[in-house]
Amino acid sequence: MESREFHIVAEAGIHARPATLLVQTASKFTSDITLSYQGKDVNLKSIMGVMSLGVGQGADVTISAEGDDASAALDAISETMEAEGLTK
Amino acid sequence: MTKEIKGIAASNGVAIAKAYKLEDPDLSFDTRTIDDVQAEKGRLEAAFSASKADLEKIHDKAVETMGEEAAEVFNAHIMVLADPEFTGAIEQAIENDSVNAETALKQVSDMYITMFEGMADSNAYMAERAADIRDVTKRVLSHLLNKTLPNPALIDEEVIIVAHDMTPSDTAQLDRKYVKGFITDIGGRTAHAAIMARTLEIPAIVGTETATADIADGDMLVLDGLDGVVLQNPSDDEISTYQQKANDYADQKAEWAKLKDEKTLSADGQHFTLAANIGTPKDLDGVLENGAEGVGLYRTEFLYMDSQELPSEEEQFEAYKQVLEGVGPDENVTIRTMDIGGDKKLPYLPLPEEENPFLGYRAVRLSLDRTDIFRTQLRALIRASAYGNLWIMFPMVATLNEFRAARDIFNEEKQKLVDEGVKIGDNIKLGIMIEVPAAAVLADKFAQEVDFFSIGTNDLIGYSMAADRGNDKVSYLYQPYNPSILRLVNFVIKSAHKYGKIAAMCGEMAGDPIAVPILMGMGLDEFSMSATSVLSTRSLMSHLNAKDLEGLAEKAIDAETSEDVVKLVKQEVPEVK
Repeated sequence: MESREFHIVAEAGIHARPATLLVQTASKFTSDITLSYQGKDVNLKSIMGVMSLGVGQGADVTISAEGDDASAALDAISETMEAEGLTK
Repeated sequence: MTKEIKGIAASNGVAIAKAYKLEDPDLSFDTRTIDDVQAEKGRLEAAFSASKADLEKIHDKAVETMGEEAAEVFNAHIMVLADPEFTGAIEQAIENDSVNAETALKQVSDMYITMFEGMADSNAYMAERAADIRDVTKRVLSHLLNKTLPNPALIDEEVIIVAHDMTPSDTAQLDRKYVKGFITDIGGRTAHAAIMARTLEIPAIVGTETATADIADGDMLVLDGLDGVVLQNPSDDEISTYQQKANDYADQKAEWAKLKDEKTLSADGQHFTLAANIGTPKDLDGVLENGAEGVGLYRTEFLYMDSQELPSEEEQFEAYKQVLEGVGPDENVTIRTMDIGGDKKLPYLPLPEEENPFLGYRAVRLSLDRTDIFRTQLRALIRASAYGNLWIMFPMVATLNEFRAARDIFNEEKQKLVDEGVKIGDNIKLGIMIEVPAAAVLADKFAQEVDFFSIGTNDLIGYSMAADRGNDKVSYLYQPYNPSILRLVNFVIKSAHKYGKIAAMCGEMAGDPIAVPILMGMGLDEFSMSATSVLSTRSLMSHLNAKDLEGLAEKAIDAETSEDVVKLVKQEVPEVK
C-alpha cells in the first residue's frame, strides 16, 4: 500500500467541484483508494463519502492506494489536487 | 365554460398554450421480505442504469438549452448514481435485511440525506447535496415501480407548465423554445419559479393555491402575467382578445428594450434623468435591468427595520458603498437619511406613543434629536462617498433651521473624517425632500442653501390635502393632478432653477403617465420611480416634445380641478392612453 499526505490550502476545502474531480480521477483506477481525515477513512471513489468528511481549509489528509495501479493513481490524484488549488 | 384562476403576477407577458402538469406520480410502496436476493439486486441495477440513461439524456438536453453551467446539476446526479458506497450500502441492506430494493434504497438514501442536512458546517451547499440525493432516489424509485416521472426536458410542443412548486432542477430541464409560462400553487414574487420566469422572460403566476387541483394536463390555458389571471379552457373570443394583448405586449417590450441603454431624451432632444427608487442594495439588479440612470431615492429605513439593533457604521457603509458602486460612473445616488417614526417603528428603539404619528416625531426631527444615531449614519455616508456620486437627502424638513442644523452636523462629521485622513468624495450634494407643504411654499429660500430638491409626492399630497389615502372614506382626496399640488410642484421646480439647483421627484407621480408630460413642461430635471416604470416612461418621453409641453404645464396649473387636468392632458397629448 502506498500513501501520501496533503495539506489543504483551498479556502473552501475539498468542496463541490474539486471533490467531484478527485472522485472522477480516482474512479479511473482499479486500486482501492482511501481518503483519511481525523481518524475517518472513506472511499475516494465515493462522492458522498468524500463530502461527508467535510474537509476544510488547513486540514491534513492522507490518501492511500492499494492495487496494481496504486502509484499511477496517487500521481494522478496529486496532479488534480494541485490543478484545483487544493494544495500547493 | 371558461374558469378563471387568480394568483400573484410574478413575471410579465401573456401566453396561450396547453397545460403541462409537472407532477410526480405516486411513488409509495410497501416493504416486502424477499427470498431471491440476486433477483432483487438485479432489479436495483436495472433501475440504476435506466436512471443513468435518463439523466444523461436530460443533461445533454440541458446543455443544449440552458448551457453547461445550468446542466451541471445533472452531472452531480449521475455521480451519486455512480457512487460505489451508495450502491454498495443498498445492496448490503437488501442482503442483510432481505427487504425489497425500494425499502433498501429509501433506507440508505434517508441516511445520507439526514447526514448531509445535519452536518456541522451545514450550509446551502450541503443542503443542495441532500436535494440531489432526494432527486436521484425519486428517479430510481420510479423505475423500480415502473412509473414515469415527468421529463420536462423532453417536451416538444408549446406548453404552459403547471406545478405545485418548481425546483431548480425542474427549471434547468425546460426548453425555453417550448415553455411559454409557469403557473404554481405556492410561492411569491421571489420564489425560484418567479425569478426563473423573469430571467427567461416568460410570463408566470405563482401562489394560485389551486392550479394543480383545477387544471388537467392538456387543458387550454391563457396565462396573463400582467394581471395575474389564468383562464382555463377559454372561448375563441377570449383567445383572440388575449392574442392581441400578447402581441401588444411583445411590440411594447421590443420598443422598450431598444431604450434600455439609451439616455432619456424627449422628441426635441431635451435630456431628463430617469432614476429608480430602491430599498436595499439587492434592488440594484432591477435598476440595471431596466436601464435606470442612477438611484433617485435609496430609502435607508430597511437597514434599521430589518435589524435587531441599530445598524453599525460599518454595516451602513458597506450597503451605501455597494449602491454607489452599482450604478454607472456618471450616475448619481440619492440616499435619504433615516425616515423612522410615523408608521415605521423599530422594536429596539422605543418611541413615545403619539396622538398623530404622521404629524409627530419622525424623520429629520428624530435625527436632530437623536444625533448619536444621525452622526453614525452621516459618517457611513460620507465614507461611502469616495465610491461614487453621492447626494444626501434629509426627509421631512419643514424649516430652514432644520436644514441648517442637519447641514452643520454633516459638516462636523465630514471635517472629523477629513482630519482622520479618510478618503471621501469631493462632490457630495446636500438636499431636502419636499414633502411638508411649508417647505414647498418656502422653496425659493431653501433653494439658496440646498443643492437639490426631491419632491416626495405621496406625503406632499397627503399633507396638503390633509387626507390619508389609506382611509377609504377620504382617499378620493389623494389627487396628484389637483392644480393646488401642481402649483406647489411648479414653484419648487422654478425656485430650484432660479438658483441653478436641481429639481427631482421621487414619488409615484414621477412615473405616472398623466403627470409626466406636465412635469416635463415644468422642467423637472430628474424623475425617480420604481425600476419597472423606467422603460415605459422613457418610451413615452421619447414621443413628446418638451418645448410644446410648457404651454400644457401652464394650462394645468391654471385649471380648476383634478378632472380638468386629466381631460386637458388626454386632449393635448394623444400619446397618453
